[in-house]
Amino acid sequence: MPLSNSTISKVPPLLAMAMRPLPLLPLQPPLALLLDSVRRRHPGIFERLGAHAGKRFGLRPTDLPFAFVLEPRLVRPRVLAVRHLPADLDVRVSGPLAGLVGLVSGELDGDALFFSRDLHVEGDIEALLALRNAIDDAQIDLVGEALSGLGPFKIPAERFVQNWLRPAAWN
Amino acid sequence: MELICPAGTPAALRVAVEAGADAVYCGFRDETNARNFPGLNFSREELRTAIAFAHSRKVKVLVAVNTFARAGALEIWHRAIDDAVDAGADALILADLGLLDYAARRHSGQRLHLSVQAAAANADAIRFYVETFGVRRVVLPRVLSITEIAAVIRDVACETEVFVFGGLCVMAEGRCSLSSYATGQSPNMQGVCSPASHVKYQESDGRLVSRLGDFTINVFGKDEAAAYPTLCKGRFSTTFGTGYTFEEPVSLDAATMLPGLRAAGVTALKIEGRQRSRAYIEGVVRAFRRTLTALDAGEPVERADLSAMTEGQTTTVGAYRKTWR
Repeated sequence: MPLSNSTISKVPPLLAMAMRPLPLLPLQPPLALLLDSVRRRHPGIFERLGAHAGKRFGLRPTDLPFAFVLEPRLVRPRVLAVRHLPADLDVRVSGPLAGLVGLVSGELDGDALFFSRDLHVEGDIEALLALRNAIDDAQIDLVGEALSGLGPFKIPAERFVQNWLRPAAWN
Repeated sequence: MELICPAGTPAALRVAVEAGADAVYCGFRDETNARNFPGLNFSREELRTAIAFAHSRKVKVLVAVNTFARAGALEIWHRAIDDAVDAGADALILADLGLLDYAARRHSGQRLHLSVQAAAANADAIRFYVETFGVRRVVLPRVLSITEIAAVIRDVACETEVFVFGGLCVMAEGRCSLSSYATGQSPNMQGVCSPASHVKYQESDGRLVSRLGDFTINVFGKDEAAAYPTLCKGRFSTTFGTGYTFEEPVSLDAATMLPGLRAAGVTALKIEGRQRSRAYIEGVVRAFRRTLTALDAGEPVERADLSAMTEGQTTTVGAYRKTWR
């Protein structure tokens, strides 16, 4: 539970509720493309992950009705959208979508999100730190890469998303 | 005064340079430095590239080889010193007497800084390092008041560097065995305090329980900011009651102390946090660069609110202004 002074944006509950009945299967192709793009552009991630690349990470945006399982293996890495995180994960991370995206994009500090109780972590903390540090060094433009298929709409869409992701206190 | 900034990765180093660092400190990806965290630090090649980048921006790179060498494995530390010199490091940050001796003999002329891990807190101790190994700068332990720092500076013939922001060790650094007691690993030998491999977090009904090895370090209520699972900032039940036995989860923020530190003759100001993200480094370095610029211009020093970045979301000026509690 985040502290009352949390500034992290949340997905509006009505929007999250509207997403609940949607099938997850259509998410898989764009997720696979995104992960493949990250793997090709940022191979240094795997070197920093070392032995932890074989671990399974559960990522649960607390303001969305689904979660992700990340397997950041060097060969055939995988990310799956799931309704509920399975029990046999090495690491579980949960927090608002904007917090998780901000972490990957380097806009937010993971320790600060942990201190403010916006970010919740359980499991293999060593693997989690390795992933966090590897991603922070990679300087992944997650929003840009995720929206790259929008063609001429990419720039306005990116502007909209970045504005929403920005912590409330910055607006 | 110089601004000395942390970097745990090449990307963080570039951010620190862009944000206004005069020098950046970093270490190799092994047990030779006191931030040996998973996924962190520099390969030999990364260090070489990072130094070239920093030098192109007139920024120095200081390489920490500041753990104490393990018996029977000296070559790991010797190689770290040799490789850092070879990569063009502007200074080595060392703590171990044997390594200081090795560096002074093997690389005469290489600038040496004494790490905070050496816990040299008085003029006699500092003079020994300066006269014996040619140490040019000492990083002072975080246990001295500004008055005491001024007294030390008057009596030594080397530069001084002090911490102004970040995690706050409350023990005599390089001597603390709390992490070893709980986990068998310490910042002094393995380069890691409260290693992540021994940390467990569990959350239920809004309560966050943090554990280190076999010890419960803290139980945070739903309205409490969380903190690192270090024994020195744990909340324990003792015969005196339940509370923070050694120190509360707070971080150092000495921005308001900068005029006093400058008057004391301090050469350089250090920001802690090689294990932190690019976001932390950019925010903190930019804030301190602004403060230093204002100080140099004779303008009032205003403290930026960086509490959201800090452990427990609370800050202190630490030992710089000692008061009774």
